[in-house]
Order: sequence, then structure tokens, then C-alpha cells
Amino acid sequence: MASMRHWLRGIGLATAALAATTMLAPQVQAQSPAPPPIKIGILHSLSGTMAISETTLKDVMLMLIEEQNKKGGLLGRKLQAVVVDPASNWPLFAEKARQLITVDKVAAVFGCWTSVSRKSVLPVFEETGNILFYPVQYEGEESSKNVFYTGAAPNQQAIPAVDYLMANEKVKRWVLAGTDYVYPRTTNKILEAYLKAKGVAADDIMINYTPFGHSDWQNIVASIKKFGSAGKKTAVVSTINGDANVPFYKELGNQGIKATDIPVVAFSVGEEELAGIDTKPLVGHLTAWNYFESVNNPANKAFIAQWKAYTKNPKRTTNDPMEAHYIGFNMWIKAVQKAGTTDPAKVIDAMVGISVPNLTGGYSAMMPNHHITKPVLIGEIRADGQMNTVWQTSGTVVANEWSPYLEGSKDLIADWRAPLSCGNFNVVTGKCGGASK
Amino acid sequence: MNFLRTCLVLILLTAPAMAQSEDAFTGLGSNDFDAIGAAITALALSGDKQASPTIHAIHDETLYAAPDGSLLIKADAGYVDARTGAPVADVVEDDLIAVRVNNKVRRAVDAALGSLDLFAATPDIRRKAAAAVFLSRDPAILPALAKAIAGETNDSVRVVIRQAQAASQLANPDATEAEQLAAVAIIRAKGGLEAQSLLGSLRDQTPAVANAAGEALTALARLQQLWSLVQSVIYGLSLGSVLLLAAAGLAITFGVMGVINMAHGEMVMIGAYTTFVVQEVIRARAPWLFEASLFIAVPLAFLVSGGIGIVIERGLIRFLYGRPLETLLATWGLSLVLQQAVRSLFGANNRDVGTPKWMSGATEWGGVTVTYNRLTIVVFAVLVLAALLAVLRYTALGLRMRAVTQNRRMAAAMGIRTPWIDALTFGLGSGIAGMAGVALSQIDNVSPNLGQGYIIDSFMVVVFGGVGNLWGTVVSALTLGIVNKFLEPIAGAVLGKILVLVLLILFIQRKPRGMFPLKGRAVEQ
Amino acid sequence: MSRLSLSLSLLVILGGAALLAVLNLAAPPSSAFHVSTYVVSLAGKYLCFAILALALDLVWGFAGILSLGHAAFFALGGYAMGMYLMRQIGTRGVYGNAVLPDFMVFLNWQELPWYWMGFDNPGFAILMALAVPGVLALVFGWLAFRSRVSGVYLSIITQALTYALLLAFFRNDMGFGGNNGLTDFKDIVGLDLHLDSTRSGLLLLTAAVLALQLMVARFLVTSRFGKVLIAVRDTESRTRFLGYRPERYKLFVFVLSAVMCGIGGALYVPQIGIINPSEFSPANSIEAVIWVAVGGRGTLIGAILGAILVNFGKTIFTGILPELWLFALGALFILVTLLLPNGVLGLFARRKPEKSQ
Repeated sequence: MASMRHWLRGIGLATAALAATTMLAPQVQAQSPAPPPIKIGILHSLSGTMAISETTLKDVMLMLIEEQNKKGGLLGRKLQAVVVDPASNWPLFAEKARQLITVDKVAAVFGCWTSVSRKSVLPVFEETGNILFYPVQYEGEESSKNVFYTGAAPNQQAIPAVDYLMANEKVKRWVLAGTDYVYPRTTNKILEAYLKAKGVAADDIMINYTPFGHSDWQNIVASIKKFGSAGKKTAVVSTINGDANVPFYKELGNQGIKATDIPVVAFSVGEEELAGIDTKPLVGHLTAWNYFESVNNPANKAFIAQWKAYTKNPKRTTNDPMEAHYIGFNMWIKAVQKAGTTDPAKVIDAMVGISVPNLTGGYSAMMPNHHITKPVLIGEIRADGQMNTVWQTSGTVVANEWSPYLEGSKDLIADWRAPLSCGNFNVVTGKCGGASK
Repeated sequence: MNFLRTCLVLILLTAPAMAQSEDAFTGLGSNDFDAIGAAITALALSGDKQASPTIHAIHDETLYAAPDGSLLIKADAGYVDARTGAPVADVVEDDLIAVRVNNKVRRAVDAALGSLDLFAATPDIRRKAAAAVFLSRDPAILPALAKAIAGETNDSVRVVIRQAQAASQLANPDATEAEQLAAVAIIRAKGGLEAQSLLGSLRDQTPAVANAAGEALTALARLQQLWSLVQSVIYGLSLGSVLLLAAAGLAITFGVMGVINMAHGEMVMIGAYTTFVVQEVIRARAPWLFEASLFIAVPLAFLVSGGIGIVIERGLIRFLYGRPLETLLATWGLSLVLQQAVRSLFGANNRDVGTPKWMSGATEWGGVTVTYNRLTIVVFAVLVLAALLAVLRYTALGLRMRAVTQNRRMAAAMGIRTPWIDALTFGLGSGIAGMAGVALSQIDNVSPNLGQGYIIDSFMVVVFGGVGNLWGTVVSALTLGIVNKFLEPIAGAVLGKILVLVLLILFIQRKPRGMFPLKGRAVEQ
Repeated sequence: MSRLSLSLSLLVILGGAALLAVLNLAAPPSSAFHVSTYVVSLAGKYLCFAILALALDLVWGFAGILSLGHAAFFALGGYAMGMYLMRQIGTRGVYGNAVLPDFMVFLNWQELPWYWMGFDNPGFAILMALAVPGVLALVFGWLAFRSRVSGVYLSIITQALTYALLLAFFRNDMGFGGNNGLTDFKDIVGLDLHLDSTRSGLLLLTAAVLALQLMVARFLVTSRFGKVLIAVRDTESRTRFLGYRPERYKLFVFVLSAVMCGIGGALYVPQIGIINPSEFSPANSIEAVIWVAVGGRGTLIGAILGAILVNFGKTIFTGILPELWLFALGALFILVTLLLPNGVLGLFARRKPEKSQ
């Protein structure tokens, strides 16, 4: 019977597919005198919605690895990048992380952008004991033994920005506008508690959430305008994500909200996002980051020149998460040199206390909570899409991974050094919460 | 402000005219924002001939400080000394430091330009200047305002200057209560959000003034309440016209031809990228054409998207007629390919499509701010619709299209080349999508994902309106827009959208053929 | 599909899964026969997708209902299981709160919402994984089929349905973890999810469920009921004039299919370790349709085959040629609909099985 035959072939195909999966194992290295390279995993989306932001980070990692190889590699071995594409698909992040760690046997992974992708891969890293460097500013409320957070926690970005507006612009009324996901939700919760602690009345805080990719901002901008016309200086704190920013700023500019009247300070808008907007109507609106491309010092100039040469594109911008990967990569190199091995367990122990130059003219250090110290810069958007630093913390700021302004986390600390070795130690009960040993 | 005023008074008291002007200029090169702001205010009041060009240069960020303390304005032809206006040769650009600007400085610049431009020759500039003074409310400008009112010849400009005077009067600690009460009345008569903002800040004034302000505020707020209804309707119409533009092409390909084109959104996206390319070419070759870039982009986008549409119809869809579900899958695959192709070609990043000056900004209709770009899109949607109806109704092509959709065999028997008409109809629908892309490039991201955001909405609009009925599409788009905008303030943007979707699903299940179903044989396939 | 080929495919599904599980657990990692945990979890994922494809083939291939929202039922089943797994974390969450999941703690939720009640019980969670998609399909299908919404109209509103659910689950106020969804699971019915043995066990369970569903589906389509169903697919109005009530047949198979998806989703979540709103995205549902089309619509076994093949392709391409993946997927959609209307199985069939349309 024909169906029998075609059925058998089908089964054959399916079996072949499954069998081929098992052969995804790494290719056996050809015998050669040179020691095998050290593999580094790069886990950034190259397709799908997040490709906009993450492709750049893949490129910067490739550049850093190439540079390190020019300097002779690490521990006498060359570095080799293993690039995979999790395609902006969160479960695929976990799958690809497992592939990098167990199949490709990488020594460390640099990757993720969104919180959900980090949450997706977190169990994989904790189970396998490998290392993830996470380069993006995030909501905090996390400290994992296997993750090094090189982006900003809320107190390294949001709170200094609010302080700046209070002190310099005498802002009394606040609009907290964000995209409805965990980073804006948490940041706004923290800011709300912080503002109330500073004596701002509940009536003077307006919180608004919009969906991803929201494109019709007419009402919201009009209501911001209305909220801002109560006779008190008003500012907007924007945690609006990615794609929704362009229509938001366009509407803002067109409805005539100028930075001199109602300044908007954004935490998710960098040089890269501004490259897609006509920035002239936005001049004077603020951003808070730990790095700006416009920062003037030799290290940054060299980095920018190297980046433009590497990408062969004189128009490519640099941004804050790129600096975070730069710092994270250099820290990992130093930690491997200190530990004398790429064994993740030993490297993790060697990481804390490592300090490397950042690109804003200072040093960033890895703290026991697996977050790094960072300076905070407040910049005003210029007509050319760059930021003009108008204020800067005098030194670096240590990350509060557990916000003291949230009820659930105010008693928690993280310290991954030997005796305590805990990511969520409750100082009141004296117990290392949650994580079972 | 108080600090600025103190500085100003000190400068006015201590320095003779010439030296004072020198001092003011010197302050501009400072590192301290407060000092720069004070210097700008002083300069504006100094009466120096060079004050206006210098402050304009700060506004345009073309003022530089040289190491020797001189200030240079960067002009098209070269550098000009800010103090004398004389051209300066051999400038070492690397040594120049741009005068530092932040929002404080910008406010000082706005106020200063306001007071300077009050005496400009063009009424429009004077009006803008007065509006700027209204916002900055600096009592130091009061004498200038009085002079301006006396000299003003244009009645409507005089009204605006009086409002500015009233605003400044309210910030003047030396004003009498009577003066301030009169000022409150003027502000109340002006109305609008700026007036509300000003009145709201008067709580600390004398009881009489505070009371008058409070009353005025309540009255204005009540008015505002009414306006917010109007606002919802206007914003709803604006959203509706965006939906209409996105769906109009689909009303042809899906509504008239019955082809499910899931790559419709990509036709819109290609239209937006055409706009981008047109602007890039204009920027590089003919910058003076920029204001007209959209007029060039509209027909080009129509041709590009329409051409691609014809290719798609000939190469793919014609093999799938009568198999709507297969068409749906194949065109979905096509949309993935087109997205990725654009991503490979232009990069994944958003592209900057500029807005011409005539489309920037907004106008106030009573208590509602209507932005010019949204207004243009409403007008554009009406024009596109009118053109589409005219094509269908009055051209030979339209006649044939209608003939083919009503009775394909009969049309073929009458000598109409039906395959060719199919291709042209599909091209027309795609071309309209491309024109919609030009409009959307003005309000949304120009990225490979642009079309994705509109595809589900567009289908819902067409199905809700009744397939095959262009007027149904119009009514449906506008209804959905307005319903959305009324729900949004109540339920929030996300929940509002979900509610609209759920209502639509329920509606379609009750009336599967939409609001205005076509009757007759054409309905039964 | 003959009786023999059914038993053979059951054998391959169960035997293949068992082989992978045994080689993962018993063969030492150094052995050439060892199967890594990565492969086991991949195989588990493929089989869950195969369940989704099988369910979709049942409605599309045999009742002519092209649902573009079937992944929504899958995701709802997944959420039900995810809620159970969340509750199982207990005090091992980062905040050590015995009742509230972590995402509720840091957003200052004070108590568990009512709809989370009962999810600490695995039986209740499984029941919900079946009931929620089932009831949604029942209500939606009843309204749609009764009004004779069919063809592309139905496809479009199913797409709107999953889109609405996507937006709803994105909302943090819904209490399902917003964009991050549910994650950081620890164990299931007392078994540690990070153990290889648990993973292999889940793989075997998935294979068994898939095999069972395949048997049920085959029984259904070869029965008298199935013959009416096919008649409805081919000419609905004629079937109606013959005195049948097509909407009842369609509704039954639609609900059954949704329940099958729900089970698939419930098995998917513990193996993948995360459930979040992106599972509701319309693109996922449409991708599932192409699995069925690739394998061969209306063949049941083809759907399973298609799901495995396409996802295997995705695993390979996103590893080596990420830029090309979307081109490949898009081309697959176009080529299969144009050139392979009967899918891969049709390609191998010597004689084209007589298909209507």
C-alpha cells in the first residue's frame, strides 16, 4: 500500500532529523601544536524585534575578541567567538544558552538584552555553573552567582536623574511614563517610593503605562501637557521602550512640549535610538546613562576610532551597553589571568574586586553583589543626536541590586564572597533566603 | 529667576554702558550655566547692536569661545566676531569651545530673544516673541513690554503682548494688587493650558489675587472638561484616518478581489522606506527640495509598492486563486522574506525620516492641540479615498475592475483581459498601501517591523466595515478610531485596545459580513 | 494511514524517546552513544510542538477550520502548568515568600489573586490546562460556527483572539508576570526539574501523550464521525442539506483540538522552563500552520513530521546562518503552498491520494 511506503520514508526522515541533532556536537579539532582556543559564547538576537539593539553588541564583542587575539590571546591561547541567534524568542534563549555551554563548551557567555531573556537563561547558567555577562541597565531585584551585571541598577541611573531634576530644574510634579513590562514597573515603583520619601504628594505623581510599540501618543501627550499645567514645574521620567520612543518624541515635539517647559528624562534612549529620529525638536530633553559617546577622553576616543574602523562605517555610534560589554570583557580577561584558568567556578571567585578602566575616565570595580560601580551621567540631547553631559556624579556609584525603596527587598543584600556566598541575604532574619543549597 | 535679577541689577548699577556690554559677552564663555544665563539676560537688556545676533547664535548653537577670550559666531562663510560683527580670518577650529548650553541657558535665551524680538519688523516674529515672554514671565522685561504695547500697530499682536505683560506683572513683586487682579482677568480671558499653568502658580499671592486666580482656574477647568470630549473625537478621527489609510489598500485587494494578502503591511513598510530613500537622495543632491520631499515620495511610493504588488500577483497569487487559505500562508511567507530583505538592505535600525517644516508643530483649536502632521494625514486620507473612488467610478480601468469582480466570466466574454485586470487591481491596492507608508513614516518608526503593527488592525477594519464596501471601510475605520480614543482615557491604552478587539470579535460573530454587507450573487463566492 | 503504519509510528515515537532517555541516563558522557541533556530537551520541545501540530491538523486537515490562533490554546495550557510550578517554588523564591511568586512581591502585591487559588495542586492545574482552553474554544467556537463564520473570516478572528490574549497577558496588572511571564521553576510533583532523570521522564511522558493523542485522532477521523467531518470540510452546505448539523461537528473537534493543545502546552512549560506572552503572538500560530502544511495536511502523522522537521531546521539555521533563517522560513511557506500542496508525505506518496478541492 502506498501510504505504508510514504509513511516509512517519513519516519526515516524524522529519525534522521533526531539523529542529526545528536551530531550537533563540536567538531573534533585537527591535531596541531597550537593549544585549542578558548571559546566565548555570544548570545544576542540577530533577528526578530530585538535585533535592532542586540546586533551591535554582537559586533562589539567580535571586535573586542579580535583585539585581544592581536595582543596574544589569553593564557597563551587564542580566543574564539561562538555566535548563535536566539531570534528574539525567549525560550530559544535558554535553548541556545544550553547549546553554548554543553555542546560548544564555552568559557563564558556575553549576552541578553531584555529582562525576560535573562530570566529565561538564568536557570541554565545556575544549573551548569557557567558565567553570563549581562550588559544592559535593568530593574535590579536579582543577584545570581553566575551572572555579572555590567549594566546599571535603578539607583545608578533613575535616582540620580530624579535628584538632578529636583535640584537643578526645581521639578515638583512628576509624570512616570513607561512601557508595560517589568523594568518600567519596578523602576517606577522605586521612583514613586523615593519621591514620596522626598515629600512629593501623591497628587503630584502621574503614572502611565502603554503597550510595546505604542504608536498613537496623542492623548497621552495631551494629558501630560495638562498635568504639567498645574502651576508647578513638571518633568517626565520616561521608561518607554525602544520602538515606542520615536512616535512619542515626534508627538511631543509636534505638540510643542519643549525641554525648557516640561523636560523628559529617558533611561532607555541612547545614541542608537536617536539615530532614527529627527532630534531637532528634542534638543534639551535629558537622558541618564553611565556612558555617552560624546564623553571626551583619550580612552573613549580610541574606542570610538577602533569601532568605526572595525565596522568600516564612520557613522556607527557607540552606546552605554557597548561600554558595559567593554568593561565586562576586560574584567573577565583579568579574572581569568588572576585565576590562571578559564574554569567558570574559579573565575567567578576571582571576579569580585577586579577593577578595570571604563570609558568615562575612571575605573569600574566588580562588587561582591556581582554588579559594578559606575559613574552616572546626565546628558541633554543635542541637535546632532549626541548627548551633552550637563551633570555627573563626582565618583562612581555602587549598585543597589535590592532596592531599599521596595517593601520586599529592603532587608536583602547580596554578597557572593566566601563565608556568606548568598544572593539574597536577609539582614533582619539573618538567613540566606530562597535559594536552596 | 531671582538670582538672575540680582545679577542684572548689579550689572546695571555698577557698569557704564560700554564696559557692561563687554562684561556680558565675557560671561558667555563661562563654564557655569548660571553665569552664562545671567550674561544672556544682561546682554539682551544692554541695547548692544550685537546682542541679537549673538543670542541667536547661542540659540542655534553656533557661538564659540576662543582661547583668547574672544567669541566667534560660526556662519556659512566663516567666523564672525560676536562683539564687533567683523569677519575673523585664520581661526584654529580645534581650539574653539562651543558655548555651553543647558535648559536653564535655553530659557534665558528664549526670554532674551522674546524681549529683543518684541520690536522686530514682522508681526509674526513679534507675536512669537510675546508668547515666549509670556512663558518666561520676567518682570525685568516690563518696561520693554510697555514700550512695545505703545508702539504696536497690529491689534492682534497687541493682545498677545498685553497677555505677556499680565503674566510678567503677576511675577512682579512690586506690582499693586489692582494691577495683579487686572492681570488675572486678562489671563483668564486668554484661557488654555498655559493660562491654567500660570493661574495655578498663584496660590502664594495675596488672598484677593489667589481667590481671583482660583475662580478663573475653576472656570477654565470646566471649559477644559468640555474640550476633552472634543479632543477625543478629533484624536479618534485622526487615529481613524491612519487606520483608513492602512486599510484602504486592503479594501481593494481583500475586499474587492478576495485575496488575503498578509504581506499588505510590508507594502506599507516599503512605501515608508521609499520616503526614506527619496529624502536621502534629496539631502545629498538637492537639499532645497526637502520641503517638497513628501510630494515626490507619494507617487514614487505608489509606483514602487504597486509595481511590487503586480509582481507578487503575477508570480505568486495568480496560482492560488480559489484557495484563499493557501494564499494567506504564501503571502505570510512573503511578508517574512520582504521584512528580512529590507533588514538586510537597510539594517535593522530605525531610519530617520524627516518632517518638513510645514508639517511640524501644532495649532490650538480652543482647548485642543492639533498637530499639523496628524491634520495633514487626515486630509491625505480624504484625498486618497476620493482618488480611489474616482478611479473605480470614472476610469475605464475602474469599470473593468468592477466588471471582473462582479462577474468574471461575463467580463471575459466581453473581451476584458481578466488576468491583466487582476494584476492591475492588486497593484492598485498595493500602491495605496505604499502611499499610506509615506504618511505613516511621519508618525511611526520606519523599521522593517512597521507593517506588522498594522496588519491585524487593517483586516479588522475591512471585515468590520463589510468586505467589498469601500464606504463601509471608511465608517469602520473612523468608528474604531473614535471608540479607541474614548476607551483609552477610561481603561488605559492597553486595556482599551483589548476591549476593542474583543468587541470586534463578538460583532463579527454576530454579523459575519460586517456592518454593511454586500448583497447579491457576488457574496456567494 | 493504515493500522500498520499507525502502530509503527507509535513505536517510533515511543521507542525514539525511550532510546534518547536511556542513552542520556545510562551511557557515560565519554561514550560515543551518550546523548546530551541539550538533545533531550530539544527532543522534548519538538514533541510538544508536534502535539500542537497534530491538534491543528485535526481541525484544519479534517474540518477545514484554519485556526490562526491555535498557539493561544497551547499557551493557556502552558500558563496553567506554569502557575502550578510557580506555586511549587514556595519559599525558595528570591524573597522567600511562601505564598506570593517573586514578581508579585516586588510589585508590592499583598495577596494572591483569586484566580491563582488551587494551583498549588497538580491535579487542579492539569484540569485547568484542559478546561481553560476547552471552555474558551467552546465559547468562541459556539459563537463562530453558529453564525456560520468560516474560511478566511474565521482565520482572521482567531488571529485577533490570540492577539487580544497577547496584549492581555502582557499587562502586569493581570497578575501573570507580564512580559517576563513565569519562570525560575524548581520542581514538579516533588521531582527536581534540573535533573536529567526528570527531563528524560518528561520526554517519555510527552511521547506517550503524543502517541495517545495520535491514536485518539486516528480513531476519530476513521470513525463515522470523521467521515461527516470530512464531508463538512469539503462541502459544508451539502452536508447541511443532508440533515447533519455541521456546526456541532466542527464545535466538537475544535474543542477537542484546543484541549489537546492545552495538554501540549502543559508539557512544554516544565521542559522549557519559561512561559510568557510571546507564546500568544500571532506569528507562532501561523508558524504552527506551516508545520502541518510542510508535513502534509490531513494526514495526522504528517503534522508530527512537519513540526519536527521545521523546528529542526530552525535549530540548525539559527545556529549557523541566523540571517538566512527568515528567508528560509518565508520561502518554505511559499514553496510548500505552491509546489507541495500535500506536504512532504505527499511527495513520497507514489500515487497522489485523491484530495478534494
